[in-house]
Amino acid sequence: MQNQTDSRSLTPDSHTRAEAIWAIALLAGAVALTFLAKGYVLFQGSMLLSYAIALVGLNLLTGYNGQISLGHGAFFAIGAYTAGILMDRAGAPYWLGIPAAGLVCLIVGYAFGRPALKLQGLYLALATFALGVVTPQLLKYKHLEAWTGGVGGIVLSKPNAPFGLPLSDDQWFFLCSLAVAVFMFVIARNLIGSGTGRAMRAIRDHEIAAESMGIDNSHYKSMTFGISAAYTGIGGALSAISVQFVSPDSFTMFLSISLLVGMVVGGVGTLWGSIFGAAFIMFVPSVAESISKDAAWGVYGIVLILFMFVMPGGMMGLIARTRGLLRGFSQAESK
Amino acid sequence: MSSLLEVRGLKASYGATEALHGIDLDVHEGKVTALLGANGAGKTTTLRAICHFQVRTSGSISLRGDRIETRTTEQIAMLGVGHVPDGRGTFLGLTAEENLRLGSHSRRNKNDIAEDLERMYGYFPRLKERWAQQAGTLSGGEQQMLAIARALMARPSLLLLDEPSFGLAPLVVNDIFAILRRIRDEQKVSVLLVEQNAQLALELADSAYLLETGRIVKHGSSEAMRNDDAVRRAYLGE
Amino acid sequence: METFVQQFVSGLSTGGIYASLALALVMIYQATHQVNFAQGEMAMFSTFIAWALIQAGLSYWMAFLATVLIAFVLAALLEFAVIRPMHKAPELSVVVVFIGLLMIFHSAAGWIFGTSIKEFPSPFPKDAWYGGQLISPHQVGSIFVALCIVAALFTFFRFTTLGLTMQAAAQNPASSRLLGINVGRMLMLGWGLAGAIGAAAGMMVAPVVFLDPGMMTGVLIYAFAGALIGGIDNPVGAIVGGFLVGVLENLIGTYLVGTELKLSVALVLIVVVLIVRPAGLLGRRIVQRV
Repeated sequence: MQNQTDSRSLTPDSHTRAEAIWAIALLAGAVALTFLAKGYVLFQGSMLLSYAIALVGLNLLTGYNGQISLGHGAFFAIGAYTAGILMDRAGAPYWLGIPAAGLVCLIVGYAFGRPALKLQGLYLALATFALGVVTPQLLKYKHLEAWTGGVGGIVLSKPNAPFGLPLSDDQWFFLCSLAVAVFMFVIARNLIGSGTGRAMRAIRDHEIAAESMGIDNSHYKSMTFGISAAYTGIGGALSAISVQFVSPDSFTMFLSISLLVGMVVGGVGTLWGSIFGAAFIMFVPSVAESISKDAAWGVYGIVLILFMFVMPGGMMGLIARTRGLLRGFSQAESK
Repeated sequence: MSSLLEVRGLKASYGATEALHGIDLDVHEGKVTALLGANGAGKTTTLRAICHFQVRTSGSISLRGDRIETRTTEQIAMLGVGHVPDGRGTFLGLTAEENLRLGSHSRRNKNDIAEDLERMYGYFPRLKERWAQQAGTLSGGEQQMLAIARALMARPSLLLLDEPSFGLAPLVVNDIFAILRRIRDEQKVSVLLVEQNAQLALELADSAYLLETGRIVKHGSSEAMRNDDAVRRAYLGE
Repeated sequence: METFVQQFVSGLSTGGIYASLALALVMIYQATHQVNFAQGEMAMFSTFIAWALIQAGLSYWMAFLATVLIAFVLAALLEFAVIRPMHKAPELSVVVVFIGLLMIFHSAAGWIFGTSIKEFPSPFPKDAWYGGQLISPHQVGSIFVALCIVAALFTFFRFTTLGLTMQAAAQNPASSRLLGINVGRMLMLGWGLAGAIGAAAGMMVAPVVFLDPGMMTGVLIYAFAGALIGGIDNPVGAIVGGFLVGVLENLIGTYLVGTELKLSVALVLIVVVLIVRPAGLLGRRIVQRV
């Protein structure tokens, strides 16, 4: 019986080939976009990519490792602020700031992950929920103002294209974000397909059984937390540079819940879903806002509940089902 | 002799697996009927099927002439069927007396309830001692007594007893069965007793059914069953 | 010294609100082993309903009563329509649904009633007859309301059959069904009570912090902390925990970290309790004899 979650080892070759074709097509399209689209569209593109990377982070933790986090906005914030502080206060270049953000979040995530080991599902959700609510308050803390810029935040500037390349800031940064996204996606893909990934999923599916099979749960769970935080932190760093600004009010509970929504819409436990999810959380709020100020909350709420009842696999689940249906049709026809 | 409970062609399944393949069964008014069989024969399934609890059923089940197989578990309980489940089903976090009062939760007459409570304490003095103790701290035997008393607090007309001897020391089991004998003599309740311990069951019961992998293979009076060679060899260790 | 007493007493007053909300959380947890993340927003929404009723001309206590009833019904319906269908779903799905409810209530309040900050009346007189230096009448009133809720629930669960069957249904649904107890109805009742309590808590908070959709988010975190400290499955613990958190919040906020970080204190409390003593101070561990 095929294990649906073990996509790498048991997928028929046609599936991997189709995926590769889609990946190349998307990549080509994105590169083309760089030269065809206006600056604002490219800005949105960078933002989408940063959210997508952040969502991959959340998915690794919750979708693939089964640990529920309702406060991942905190790591997004830490990544953004790390990049902001390094770039503005310490004058570091962006190509140091972004990996640094990832590293800091890796450490913080791992440090958070070790005590969090003791927290079973619901309790972890509770603790991360509290974290998500408290994050803006922590960011506004008086005694950290020298670093964080307090309520006013930090202003950043988008980097110029290097070597005098004929690219605008927006174009260059979009390409950077694209490169980072591809890189992070490939790593995630390999991670999931590897022994580590199988261990992660084993822990998600049945912790006790995993432990009895010799998997060191504590190690894998904290490690996953760290990696997840790193991904989300890098997403945060990219978004900070895109927006050219970080402030506490960008990192409220709404952000943490947006990440949750993005993961659910895309499909929990999928990588490609992160792109759908990112698109969703980028564009839906602005549309909703035109109806009423907090309408986005309501839309998210309805989407969350609807998806749990009707489409628990998210967009990727829908696609998989459709593909299965189509395959069924073509098989029936060929008989 | 009227049939309190009449079961005809009862099939029961857990999901796709059929556990009972069409059984016929009668429990007569005021009598103790035993349902014997080895592990996995379907005895607990039969009791659950009667209560329409956690199984899908087909066939007919009549209580005092009224068909009940399509009713819900709760409705069947309210019609006077008291089910003492395997594993006792104790409310571990509540006190012993609270467990008993749960049995009588649907009854209105406070005096009658108080009377029955005293009567139960009369049958099970150990429970009276421990009335305010958390039920989870009671011993296995005490929890079994508690479960039986709890069911009786509802003044059921049919008592379904699932393996009262399970996991208990022989002395305790003898105690419990002695009390069951008293209850049989004094209360107006009919009993369907599921037991792996055929010896004990046949001593208490008036008639018995033998269940093997979902089918009734033998039935008759306890006397007849006790003297049956096949039963003796397989279940009475003779 | 005066500041200390003031902060302590003020802490008791907010603690009473935390205790009430924590109680609602624990009730739902006991019955379903689920954490109602939407408890705060439900309470906030109910408070908005009260506000609307008062705007429409009802007297305070009429509005209070009506709101408590409406909140009861609303919560019970929610259990039936949204939560119960999910009872066999994986934990993540259930959590997601709760968050979804949180979001919906939050935006519905703003959409229906407007997002501007509103004043909410207190039923208690502004001036204290006892010289309100240390504690305002509203604070006394809040503590009183909290204690009334606690007393009422205690009586209900200890001395009524319905309270007993509700506990039974929460602890052991299978055995309850065999006794003829309608577990579904008990769940609705439990949710209804939690919703009603939340509404009362919201109406006690609103006069102090003013009514707006974000009113209860912080309160919920404190209530979580209180419930966890007391033991998430222990109603008495919830009350003790709630009052404790209220006092600690105020004292730590005044003397240690300053008011801006008070909520972070709650976060730390939550994390520490969960790691060091997940059962809480008074968490009841049910003894099982094999």
